[in-house]
Amino acid sequence: MATLKARALAGAAFLFGIAGAADAAERFGIGRPATEAEIAAWNIDIDRDGRKLPPGSGSVAQGRAVFEAQCASCHGTRGEGGTGEKLVGGQGTLASAKPIKTVGSFWPYAPTLFDYIRRAMPLNAPQSLGDAEVYAVSAYILHLNGLVSDGATLDAKSLAAIRMPNRDGFVSDPRPDVKP
Amino acid sequence: MSDTAPKQTPARRRFLAQGAAAAAGILTGSGTPERGRADEAAPPAIPDWTKTPGADVGSRTYGQPSRFESGLIRNVPKGLKQYISASSRTPLQDLDGILTPNGLFYERHHGGIPDIDPARHRLLVHGLVETPLTLTLDDIRRFPSESHIHFLECSGNPGFEAIRAGRTASDLVGLVSCAEWTGVRLATVLREAGLKPDARWVVAEGADAAAMTRSIPIEKCLDDALLVYSQNGERLRPQQGYPLRVLLPGFEGNMSVKWLRRLNVTAEPAFSREETAKYTDLMPDGTARQFTFVMEAKSVITRPSGTQRITPGFHEITGLAWTGRGKIRGVQVSVDSGKTWQDAALQEPVLTRALTRFRLPWTWDGQPTTIASRAIDETGYVQPSFGDLTSVRGLNSFYHNNAVVPWRIAASGEVANGYA
Repeated sequence: MATLKARALAGAAFLFGIAGAADAAERFGIGRPATEAEIAAWNIDIDRDGRKLPPGSGSVAQGRAVFEAQCASCHGTRGEGGTGEKLVGGQGTLASAKPIKTVGSFWPYAPTLFDYIRRAMPLNAPQSLGDAEVYAVSAYILHLNGLVSDGATLDAKSLAAIRMPNRDGFVSDPRPDVKP
Repeated sequence: MSDTAPKQTPARRRFLAQGAAAAAGILTGSGTPERGRADEAAPPAIPDWTKTPGADVGSRTYGQPSRFESGLIRNVPKGLKQYISASSRTPLQDLDGILTPNGLFYERHHGGIPDIDPARHRLLVHGLVETPLTLTLDDIRRFPSESHIHFLECSGNPGFEAIRAGRTASDLVGLVSCAEWTGVRLATVLREAGLKPDARWVVAEGADAAAMTRSIPIEKCLDDALLVYSQNGERLRPQQGYPLRVLLPGFEGNMSVKWLRRLNVTAEPAFSREETAKYTDLMPDGTARQFTFVMEAKSVITRPSGTQRITPGFHEITGLAWTGRGKIRGVQVSVDSGKTWQDAALQEPVLTRALTRFRLPWTWDGQPTTIASRAIDETGYVQPSFGDLTSVRGLNSFYHNNAVVPWRIAASGEVANGYA
């Protein structure tokens, strides 16, 4: 039915020479326009370049305190892992028989760390940390991996500028790759 | 369980019926308590359940399986560190047909199962669109709807290292299920918002505590992708994304984002944690394959399968096959440890990106052997052996293990994991 309607209106668009009307013809008028405020409140995904990282900043020292209070019970005091994943170490192991995949050894983009912590951590209280706390705890985890100095403070620009060791470690899907 | 009937009526009735049966037994001199119920039910006896009315109509306002099937449940791993981010498996070896009952559909959650009020749930569509939209569930159900039967499979089904540990078909490949899904084409909703010319990806996000985020290529969004609100005829279960989820036929399950709250149309993928640190396939050279979406052809014999016991004589070998690339063209079964393979019969309908049931009649001679199945899909792709698969990908790629599953049958008739 939608197709018929679309065709009919596309025909009308042709007759009346209305450019772009074919697209509009497939619309049903369902839902309502989202407001800027609605979008801003939920628009939390951060791409690999960190273009949508929010204002604010956090230091390694602040991050250590946040980590000990919010993260260490699962991930270990220095990110060595526990009920939660190991976050530190493993650099140079990916091509070995026992690869260790951590933020430091495997994650290709630093802004993803901000994205993931802000949206999903800590596991028992996600989206409870403020942006400054997320910057801080990101800085601390990167520091534990030797990627920023003890005195570092991270904000949108400096977090996005970090080059992760495994940045170029990903390849596209070559499947089917196994011949019978 | 929702048993809303007057509480004592059925139980009271059963008590009276059993009492009457016992009294009848005394009077006729038959039916002592020691004698098995099977005897009392088999001819020439008339079973108790024939001689007294059953439970009232409507005594269960949402039906449940027979109490004798209480063992047919999800396969939940024991002793995990936590169960907020974990999975449970479908008991494939105890099911028939191709549709998975909703209560037994496999689960993989990353932040637990949210308890979402559909009246308060919203879907936000924004990004590279002409008109960003806020949609309610009522809005979404107004769009033209479609129903399709498709499998859904977790991409780690099982991990390469886990393949020797599993005992049952469910342990090994129970992270696959199949249902009839009803919803609106994702393309319809995206066109309602109006795609801008540079739209290449759609970042889908869940409303769960993991706010699960995956990027979907626009080609899939405009092809067979669905926004689903019903499964096997009823509203989605909370475990499957109630009240709204994405369903990407043939793609790894994680991408079919559950509890969907947001679609952000973008020029590039989000490169979220779940498409960089996770759901990427580590190769022996240390590189990792990314955006490995399609689930390749796979099959498993569900009967006879691990932990079952067979006796010499006739057995129907049956199992399931599926492919993310379309339809299953055929399934071959070996009953002689891989020396020869023969075609199994496929149960119609054979549907695109759906489980396909296969069967092969077989008479076991009592000699130890190994049985296995391999699927061939409509592209000509053949399900590989574990050796062929791992010779290319090594043992650390974790995801997308679609190797042949062999079952070893001992002289005793015990069936066990052929990898163990």
